[in-house]
Amino acid sequence: MNSQLAEALARLPAYLGGHVAVSATALILGLAISLPLALIAMRRPGLRNLLLGAASVVQTIPSLALLALFYPLLLGLAALCERMFGVGFSALGFLPSVLALTLYSMLPVLRNTITGLDGVEPAIKEAALGVGMTQRQSLVMVELPLALPVIMAGIRTAAIWVIGAATLSTPIGQTSLGNYIFTGLQTQNWVFVLFGCAAAAVFALAVDQLLALMEIGQTRRKRTWVGAGGLGLALLTIGALVPTLSQPRATYAIGTKPFAEQYVLASLIEQRLRDEGLSATIREGLGSSVIFNALRAGEIDAYVDYSGTIWTNQMHRSDVKPRAEVLAEMAAWLEREHRIKMLGGLGFENAYAMAMPRARAQALGIRTLADLAGRAQNLSIAGDYEFFGRPEWAAVRMTYGISFREQRQMQPEFMYSAVANGNVDVIAGYTSDGRIAQFNLVVLDDPRHAIPPYDAVLLISPQRVNDAALVSALQPLVDAIGVTMMREANLRASGDRNASPGEAARWLWNEIQKKR
Amino acid sequence: MSVAPVISFENVSKSYGGAAPVLDRVSLDVREREFLAIVGPSGSGKTTLLRLVNRLIDPSAGTVRVEGQDVQSVDAVTLRRRIGYVFQGVGLFPHMTVAENIAITPKLLGWDEAQMSARVDTLLELVRLDRARHRDRFPSQLSGGEGQRVGVARAIAAEPKIVLMDEPFGALDPLTRDAIGEDYRRLHDELGLTSVMITHDMLEALLLADRIAVIRAGRIVADGTPHALMNGDQDHYVRELMATPRRQAERLRALSDRAP
Repeated sequence: MNSQLAEALARLPAYLGGHVAVSATALILGLAISLPLALIAMRRPGLRNLLLGAASVVQTIPSLALLALFYPLLLGLAALCERMFGVGFSALGFLPSVLALTLYSMLPVLRNTITGLDGVEPAIKEAALGVGMTQRQSLVMVELPLALPVIMAGIRTAAIWVIGAATLSTPIGQTSLGNYIFTGLQTQNWVFVLFGCAAAAVFALAVDQLLALMEIGQTRRKRTWVGAGGLGLALLTIGALVPTLSQPRATYAIGTKPFAEQYVLASLIEQRLRDEGLSATIREGLGSSVIFNALRAGEIDAYVDYSGTIWTNQMHRSDVKPRAEVLAEMAAWLEREHRIKMLGGLGFENAYAMAMPRARAQALGIRTLADLAGRAQNLSIAGDYEFFGRPEWAAVRMTYGISFREQRQMQPEFMYSAVANGNVDVIAGYTSDGRIAQFNLVVLDDPRHAIPPYDAVLLISPQRVNDAALVSALQPLVDAIGVTMMREANLRASGDRNASPGEAARWLWNEIQKKR
Repeated sequence: MSVAPVISFENVSKSYGGAAPVLDRVSLDVREREFLAIVGPSGSGKTTLLRLVNRLIDPSAGTVRVEGQDVQSVDAVTLRRRIGYVFQGVGLFPHMTVAENIAITPKLLGWDEAQMSARVDTLLELVRLDRARHRDRFPSQLSGGEGQRVGVARAIAAEPKIVLMDEPFGALDPLTRDAIGEDYRRLHDELGLTSVMITHDMLEALLLADRIAVIRAGRIVADGTPHALMNGDQDHYVRELMATPRRQAERLRALSDRAP
């Protein structure tokens, strides 16, 4: 508990820094766009309805989806820009997060500015003209100050929304307080999850209260209050950004998908690089399709993927071949199509596998998927959010003619205990998951090879292909990790064993060296 | 009588869309230092007439002149800064103090702080408000009468020659109304102002103004001194308007005659 809290605190400067950078930029940008836009729209009813309508539509898009949509969009733009002007930009992380959050912040500011200005009594506006103000002076000296409380309420809402939604920028590669939440969920580290939520909430409340202080100061004419609020916001921002900015930029970026094994392997890579005197940062929790594109575009330098994923998702193959053939064909394809280097397999598979409690399997006489097919109509199955939409599932059903009484989608972390407790009968688990041994599950054989192999493979981005230092630092990992070893490391890294991914990675490296 | 009028309306009409015109070919002169009251029922066009002077509204036809110049040829903002305006229902800026409200037009004209501050003190005295008590209050902290005194002070702050008043004292209780009316009349004389006041209260007009114009359905139906209006042979509507104050006066006289 204490060590988890200490680890959470140690990561705070980096995570908070990223969070503040992205939310402050988005908020400032949002205000800079929305306020003038609202003023322009005030006197143009058509534009005003259009703007409010568009902003409302943006608001109905779930923030996670909005953030995710910006990545492919920017990736396309970056490629276009690179082709036309010879300079690209990073479509990962900061930029898509800022753009999505900016859009997200606009509705409350637009709506409240327009409503606030509308709410100023016509008699007061006429008096402003009557005493000799120009339209502009009337706006600045009378209408805006009178609408200020409503406008500020909009700004405060926007601030809270943006700070909250910024936690969701983690999957598109922006470090934020969301890293705690995503990592915590994947490794069952509830201290991390709670810490992330609490940190985001405290930050949002602090910003809200400082804005409130400025607002009250403005209406009560206490310059010092306005100053104190502004100073507080500035200090908060600078204080959060300094540790991040003052840190030297790491040479290498390593990507991870959002689950425990990936965090352990990324830590292992980072430690290997550090041992060789190289510096690396980890871009945590990237989505499955984001991470491959990020590697291809050189936004990350290395990561671990799985042969079956590349085979089906990138190469669009539906045939199943033996492990070695898949690896060889894949390496050639990656090199040819994307100039990505496959350094090699790590030595274990993390394939989808049907698993059930050993005792139950024995009692039912089930050893293979073929055995399962005869019983499945009375059984239920659980899989992760992806599984039932994947070609593997279709292949298993076609090959063995399996159909279950019920199928359920679950967060992978809860799947194993669900099957151990008998809430479901079978799960589509992962072969390298430590909980297979922990819960005494048995993995059912696939005699007809319906499920393609999922070898863990180390991929290097096109511009690092000839980086000898990187390659030699990572070479010792190739074919060095057996599935039992990986299961044990994964088990250590998920919640109940109290080890961080970093500690699990160190254990893994020790084991690798022992075996030499 | 050969002196050019300070404000003049020449065949001024104002209409919105196709409906009957709000003002129908109105011609009217206001002479220097004159206190003109424009009396008429709601919807008669009296407020429109007033707003044409400082270009809060532009005429559909005809010419409005201020100090001899066609207002259409003058910048509206500059024009408004040299004409005082007292608004119906006060119209003070709720987020500004009394002093800031009063000094608003001088501020727009670029006066310096010391000048404005001294002017605010003078004006508070002129409208009989207590400098210490009222200077830094906000409009919400004032009584109706105090608010309208501030409204008057704001109108004359930049030393205009012309003051327009749109039912300035309408919302006040009779005592306050009378006192402020009297005070304003005194200011009008002392400062040599030309004042145009809109009211629907004939008695108020009779007691304060030098001259009364009666407007009805967009046309001037009578124009003369209080004395002339009281005694002249008028059209039906004007007679009706005069009847009420006359009846009130007779009753009061009757009451005092009967006293022991």
